[in-house]
Amino acid sequence: MSTGGKAAATLEAMPEGGGRRLAFRGALDTAAAARLWPEALRAARGANPLVLDLAGLTTLDTAGAVLLLRLEREAGAARWQGLPAGPLQAMLDRTREALSRPEPHPPAPLPFLGRIGHATVLRGQGMLGQVAFLGEALVAGLGTLRRPWRLRLSEVLRHLDEAGLRAFGLTVMLGFLIGLILAFQSSIPMRQFGAEIFIPNLVGISLLRELGPLMAAVILAGRTGSAYAAELGTMTVNEEIDALRIMGIDPIAWLVLPRLLAAMLVMPVLALLMDLSGLLGMTAVMMTLGFPPIAVVNQLQTWVGLGDLVGGLAKAAAFGLAIGLVGCRAGLGAGRGPRAVGDAATAAVVGGIVSIVLLDGIFAVLFFRLGW
Amino acid sequence: MDGSNGAEAVIRVRDLAARFDGRTIFEKVSFDVRRGEVFVILGGSGCGKSTLLKHMIGLYEPAEGSIEILGQRIEGLEGAARQALLQRIGVMWQSGALFGSSTLAENIEVPLEEHTDLPAEARALVARVKLGLVGLSDAALRLPAEISGGMAKRAGIARAMALDPPILFLDEPSAGLDPITSAGLDALIRQLARELGTTFVVVTHELQSILAIGDRCIMLDKEAKGMIAEGDPRRLREESDNPVVRAFFRREVMA
Repeated sequence: MSTGGKAAATLEAMPEGGGRRLAFRGALDTAAAARLWPEALRAARGANPLVLDLAGLTTLDTAGAVLLLRLEREAGAARWQGLPAGPLQAMLDRTREALSRPEPHPPAPLPFLGRIGHATVLRGQGMLGQVAFLGEALVAGLGTLRRPWRLRLSEVLRHLDEAGLRAFGLTVMLGFLIGLILAFQSSIPMRQFGAEIFIPNLVGISLLRELGPLMAAVILAGRTGSAYAAELGTMTVNEEIDALRIMGIDPIAWLVLPRLLAAMLVMPVLALLMDLSGLLGMTAVMMTLGFPPIAVVNQLQTWVGLGDLVGGLAKAAAFGLAIGLVGCRAGLGAGRGPRAVGDAATAAVVGGIVSIVLLDGIFAVLFFRLGW
Repeated sequence: MDGSNGAEAVIRVRDLAARFDGRTIFEKVSFDVRRGEVFVILGGSGCGKSTLLKHMIGLYEPAEGSIEILGQRIEGLEGAARQALLQRIGVMWQSGALFGSSTLAENIEVPLEEHTDLPAEARALVARVKLGLVGLSDAALRLPAEISGGMAKRAGIARAMALDPPILFLDEPSAGLDPITSAGLDALIRQLARELGTTFVVVTHELQSILAIGDRCIMLDKEAKGMIAEGDPRRLREESDNPVVRAFFRREVMA
């Protein structure tokens, strides 16, 4: 429907017989319809009768036809005059016919209470699904314990590489910086009491018991949990998970277990790396404060126990398992369409971080009760 | 102009060659597409049909040769002139390429919102008309993930037609559809060509479709790295003496 250089449409409105006559001339194309839309609607409002004089039209496209039909609806009825038969008439007829087809109505929005109820039910279902998934993973894990040769070792190694080895640089850098910052910040109040020598105690214990495992878990959730969710989510969207099921292969054992195992194995290593590089950063600050490294080592040996380290690493393994579970579950539970994968990745990171903080709280109570 | 129906050429392709990393996909491809016809680009898998289409819509730069659409060279065209030309063509992608997070109606409103000054109400009405034309009025509020493959292709055509372009490019409109849906889509293309006077350039390898909708066609071949036939597909089927063309139209296995 090119306008082919014909003159752009003009509109002339004049009173006629108590109503109004709208005379269109020229090429009524999309640009002209956009330009004339408000003016034409104003002119047609309340016009009785409305006469649409189209004798001067040279071109009519969909938007132009839509404008004319909208004018008819605005006035309630219209008398059509002078529309040349042929393509212009055909365009108008086709548009009228297409608009007359029934259109869907959006579902009525739920009332406020209904929305709360709906959200609660959805959330409850999600939690039930989470528990069911945990159960399935447990069953699959026990099955693999009985027949360990079924475990796909190459997959475990691949995920160990992706979740672990490739995160080493980031972990070392973040650990060093966190140790540095912690030591520096605590040196300011400690100096007031002449207690700088206790900075290694403070930084060592908080790193080994809390910050090392937590920060490593945040890295894992951001790098690996989201990757699990995106990868499994894409597989779900592409029906690969269904294909596995139909081949009689349990997707949990096939896809989830290697990932869980990798996440669980890699986390203590990442946490240890975080601890060590953090202690290194702290030592750097201590040296600028005039303490030799041996003083730092002495202080750590006396005050920081092996229990602190091992407790932290055990926590890290549990964090890894939680992040893997949340990530895989988010991926396998993905909906359809391109947004589903993004949603799954977001759910994996958010769920992963929330779950490690919750777990950390539980560990704190547990360790306290056990007197560790 | 060599048209038997006398219509002017809206697309002229001259000596086009496509090469990737020194590998020639096709070369010396020349043909005209005339106003108002359904022009089919056909050939076996991997012969460069879709590549040719992507050259014609300016996505790929040709290694050699020229492409003229509505009197304008598309290769090297930039800025406002390119935008203006792109508004006068519509493309239906192989999988529909509908935006997944928008409803069908919103999908069709995207080009209207971007390229016209129509008020929101007018855009919604135009989108309704386009969906009505392809028989999807009642699916306007659904998301692309909630409709079938055939519906996605029809919605893709509706979106391609949003700005009433004089030329529509369709990439494999019937691929992956059942024969009935595919025949319905063919009928839709014929109807739109007849009623709107739109020129269609269709890439396909579905024999039934080619014979049902094609006014004229060219055939590309992987071995020959270029065109091996041009003309009315029904006549090619009966009269061609090229063994590849004959095998294609008669669904024979090549010796």
